[in-house]
Amino acid sequence: MSITSDSPNGPSTRRNSSKELPDVGNPAADKIFSGISLSAGILILVVLAAVAIFLVAQALPVFSANAEELTAGSFLKYIWPLTIGTLIASAIALLIATPVGIGVALYISHYAPRRFAKTIGYIIDLLAAIPSVIFGAWGAAVLAPKIVPFYDWLAAYFGWLPIFVGPASQTGKTILTAGIVLGIMILPIITSMCREIFIQTPKLQEEAALGLGATRWEMVKMTVFPFARTGIVSSVMLALGRALGETMAVTLVLASGPLNASLIQSGNQTFASEIALNFPEAYGLRMSELIAAGLVLFVITLIVNVIARMITSRYKEFSGAN
Amino acid sequence: MSKRIDVEDLNVYYGDFLAVEDVNMTIEPRSVTAFIGPSGCGKSTFLRTLNRMHEVIAGARVEGKVMLDGDDLYAKGVDPVLVRSQVGMVFQRPNPFPTMSIRENVLAGVRLNNRKIARSDADDLVESSLRGANLWNEVKDRLDKPGSGLSGGQQQRLCIARSIAVRPNVILMDEPCSALDPISTLAVEDLINELKEEYTVVIVTHNMQQAARVSDKTAFFNIAGTGKPGKLVEYAPTQEIFNNPKQKATEDYVSGRFG
Repeated sequence: MSITSDSPNGPSTRRNSSKELPDVGNPAADKIFSGISLSAGILILVVLAAVAIFLVAQALPVFSANAEELTAGSFLKYIWPLTIGTLIASAIALLIATPVGIGVALYISHYAPRRFAKTIGYIIDLLAAIPSVIFGAWGAAVLAPKIVPFYDWLAAYFGWLPIFVGPASQTGKTILTAGIVLGIMILPIITSMCREIFIQTPKLQEEAALGLGATRWEMVKMTVFPFARTGIVSSVMLALGRALGETMAVTLVLASGPLNASLIQSGNQTFASEIALNFPEAYGLRMSELIAAGLVLFVITLIVNVIARMITSRYKEFSGAN
Repeated sequence: MSKRIDVEDLNVYYGDFLAVEDVNMTIEPRSVTAFIGPSGCGKSTFLRTLNRMHEVIAGARVEGKVMLDGDDLYAKGVDPVLVRSQVGMVFQRPNPFPTMSIRENVLAGVRLNNRKIARSDADDLVESSLRGANLWNEVKDRLDKPGSGLSGGQQQRLCIARSIAVRPNVILMDEPCSALDPISTLAVEDLINELKEEYTVVIVTHNMQQAARVSDKTAFFNIAGTGKPGKLVEYAPTQEIFNNPKQKATEDYVSGRFG
């Protein structure tokens, strides 16, 4: 992300060319504004750098510590299950939220009657305003017990898959439940961003497709999706960022434990939840260990973003921006 | 390939607003018909009813008949999707699909409705369509480059190639040259002259010289005032419209006294 601040010299030339216009331009205001936007841009970089420096400085003791002082014998052994747990929970969330989110966005932008569409849009936006602790409480108190029969069914019929090995957890507090709750939480991010982008598809493009004899769905495939591809990826990545870092909902829903391949048994843990659970009682090396875990989460998020940028820039030539 | 269009007692509404009133018209196959008239007189709206593109706008509807060789486009059970594959359209501004290559743009309409096409047939179709649009020599070495990289005039001819690739019976053009420079305009006008050998061409234009240059018959639309419906004032061979029109309003318009 780069912030460029050009100072257009439009106002001054306009003043020179037509003398009867009142002299409203103010070069000082121009300078001040460009200064404000420049410092805002720099501030973001400074904050980002400060976060990175804080994380690295606080995490350093972990890497020079003796093995027996660490929780799991080595930092890698400690980090590994958390990485897997975090990625699994986020993957489940994305698997649920991406198709549903895009579908809902498309319905609102291109299928629903106009008045109806607005109402649905508002409701989806409201979903984003619900605090995560409420989602967590709902997941733990309502969804988890209700979903147990489904897990039993999965264990009975799909138990031959390593991810659905029984016996299923009888509290329902599993990584799959956490993933589902996360999916619902990130749904509004994907939906509202995609909806905004879908609406902006050029009318001329849509009419070109319809004029060739495309059905509505074909028109969507030919014009809306290609136009919105970058935006869809961005919205999914933004949602993934939220899912990776979501703390409260996972902490409440998941009965955490060691790494477990079965998604319908208790076990597994995510970075954010692990840090939140242990932070209040941590000091010294344990504190550094948790902050180092935070550093790893930070790096994972960065990598995800870089990959997303690479995906979107691959299509630049065909983006229609030329 | 080329079909006659008969329009009977056509009214076009946007919601309760009557946009075009009572049009009767017969458009002969293998001819170029131009629609002229001041802005807002309903000529574009009327053009879009000829392939049911007006239905894209919420609340737009028509009363009356539009017949393509006797088949009513607005009869019950007629699928607008099918209508549009028979009556192609070229728009005011060139609109190639930006994410597709030149080749894919030409084939876009053919690939619709899950129709499969063999690679060699596709190659032939791309070449014949681009030749038909006078574009082949300019793009034959870069068929895999994006269509949006072409110049405006080339893009518009690409859109025409895309339209004729689906072998329509009629081609509608809604001010196809309004975004083009004079040289590109000339290229498109030459093309329109060639297209009428095979297709029924209907063109909306703001440029009266263009109407005079390319069309066999001309329809003059006018509007009595804002909020009033557009009407077909006069429809006659182009020579007659420009040299001795029957209606006073037509004469005023073509001689530049208003509009």
